[in-house]
Amino acid sequence: MRNIAIIVGRELTAYFATPLAYIFIVIFLVLAGLLTFFVGNFFARGQADLQPFFTFHPWLYLVLIPALSMRLWAEERKSGTIELFLTLPIRLYEAVLGKFLAAWIFAGIALALTFPMWLTVNFLGNPDNGVIVGSYFASWLMSGAILALGAAVSAATKNQVIAFVVTAAIAFVFIVAGTPVVLGLFQGWAPDRLIRAVAAASVFGHFSAITRGVIEVPDLVYFISIIAALLAANAILVDLKKAD
Amino acid sequence: MLEIRNLVKRFGPLVAVDDVSFTVPKGEVLGFLGPNGAGKSTTMKMITGFLAPTAGTALICGHDIQEKPIAAKRCIGYLPEGAPAYPDMTPAEFLDFVSHIRGMSGKEARRRIEHAVELIHIGEVLHQPIDTLSKGFRRRVGVAQALLHDPEVLILDEPTDGLDPNQKYEMRKIITAMAPEKAIVISTHLLEEVEAVCSRAIIIARGRILLDGTPAELYARSRYHNAVRLGVPLGADARVTAVLAALPEVATVEEVDDGEGHALLVFPASARPLAPVIAELARAENWRLTTLRVERGRLDDVFRAVTAAQAA
Repeated sequence: MRNIAIIVGRELTAYFATPLAYIFIVIFLVLAGLLTFFVGNFFARGQADLQPFFTFHPWLYLVLIPALSMRLWAEERKSGTIELFLTLPIRLYEAVLGKFLAAWIFAGIALALTFPMWLTVNFLGNPDNGVIVGSYFASWLMSGAILALGAAVSAATKNQVIAFVVTAAIAFVFIVAGTPVVLGLFQGWAPDRLIRAVAAASVFGHFSAITRGVIEVPDLVYFISIIAALLAANAILVDLKKAD
Repeated sequence: MLEIRNLVKRFGPLVAVDDVSFTVPKGEVLGFLGPNGAGKSTTMKMITGFLAPTAGTALICGHDIQEKPIAAKRCIGYLPEGAPAYPDMTPAEFLDFVSHIRGMSGKEARRRIEHAVELIHIGEVLHQPIDTLSKGFRRRVGVAQALLHDPEVLILDEPTDGLDPNQKYEMRKIITAMAPEKAIVISTHLLEEVEAVCSRAIIIARGRILLDGTPAELYARSRYHNAVRLGVPLGADARVTAVLAALPEVATVEEVDDGEGHALLVFPASARPLAPVIAELARAENWRLTTLRVERGRLDDVFRAVTAAQAA
């Protein structure tokens, strides 16, 4: 535990030691605002909720989270610090968890800084704050799933650009799998079971289920098991590829 | 303190390290020599637990690096090849991080960091990002990191690479000063370094140990070992060569023209010292010698002979 905390601390400091953290947060906030107010028609809808804000999160994360995760292992491998890092008296899972948690906490900080949005709806009307809290939680879980994916991909390459592109591509598949457009493609010819399987595998489906206001066990299990499986893959990839 | 047992590492069909075994007791500084790609770094990576060996293992203070990696890693201070360090951190932050991971905290961590900083002389750059440091300072930060927890075993992969002559001298002094308390392995391709700091040297090429001995034993293997260098006036060499070549103690006489000028190298036929014989002869024959010196031998010569024989 102590080692994980130390690694999280180092990683978080590293984020804020470069402009990366500030650029990321600013762009995240600006994009989140633009999408909510201009694309999501926040005012025209006339409803005091944050639905237009959360709807765009999968797409926002699709672009921004891989930028956060791409450096996690690729940078260590490129600069050779991985050799220093992994010959310190720590266990591999501590290294993997520490790096992931730091990125996840950072994503949480960026997300938390959208709080003026929440203040705004409360000022304008009487939103269901329970739903909003649940949606924030779902959004954070979703960012964790994409981060875990990005961390695993980052462990497989020395090249951060490759890590970014591959992560975004895989995340895209997982996000769109549950959208009506994609499910429509399967409608009519594919067996129902396949359609349900595609919908069940989709990040989008589970995310929108929670943002509608119901936190159900299967949705939580979905995100947590995805994160756990990807972190395990991350550890295996680090071990396999560290010496290349 | 450090025991390497039959280490083997294969990368596909390539055998990078082939059955390497040696032990390093406390107080010894082992120089690990070899051409590039000989398997020096790969061996060090296996000793420190970064790479898993294909076969064999390493015991560090009695802990098997394979079975008890955490206990073993605690006993090692390691400077990886190229002295990697987090570029965005300052040395102070970096050493802080390593000290915490190494289980130190509070006052103790501060004391150890201060000690290492003072020993390695990195005080002036302590708060500059590592990214902006010169190669020499970066290397020193890497060494400071390896020394932080006062490890019993030190593995330094090219500790003086990229340092200027003064810094090299400093680094060697530091290594020598620590030697009595630790088992130290340094890799290098600078032969002078072996003489300067090592109490024992291993030459490795293509993953195999070719030679294992003290620097003196290495010198003894040189064909120049115990040869006598004679500086003779111009025009006199033919006569001198003829007289010397006739001696039963002399195997051959060669003319050399090197950085030190023109001279004759007289190779002994046996282990008997040649210098007194030649000195006496010179007096009798009334040669006006400018130099008379017994050669110790040349390490680069030994190195080339040993590694070239293996390549053939």
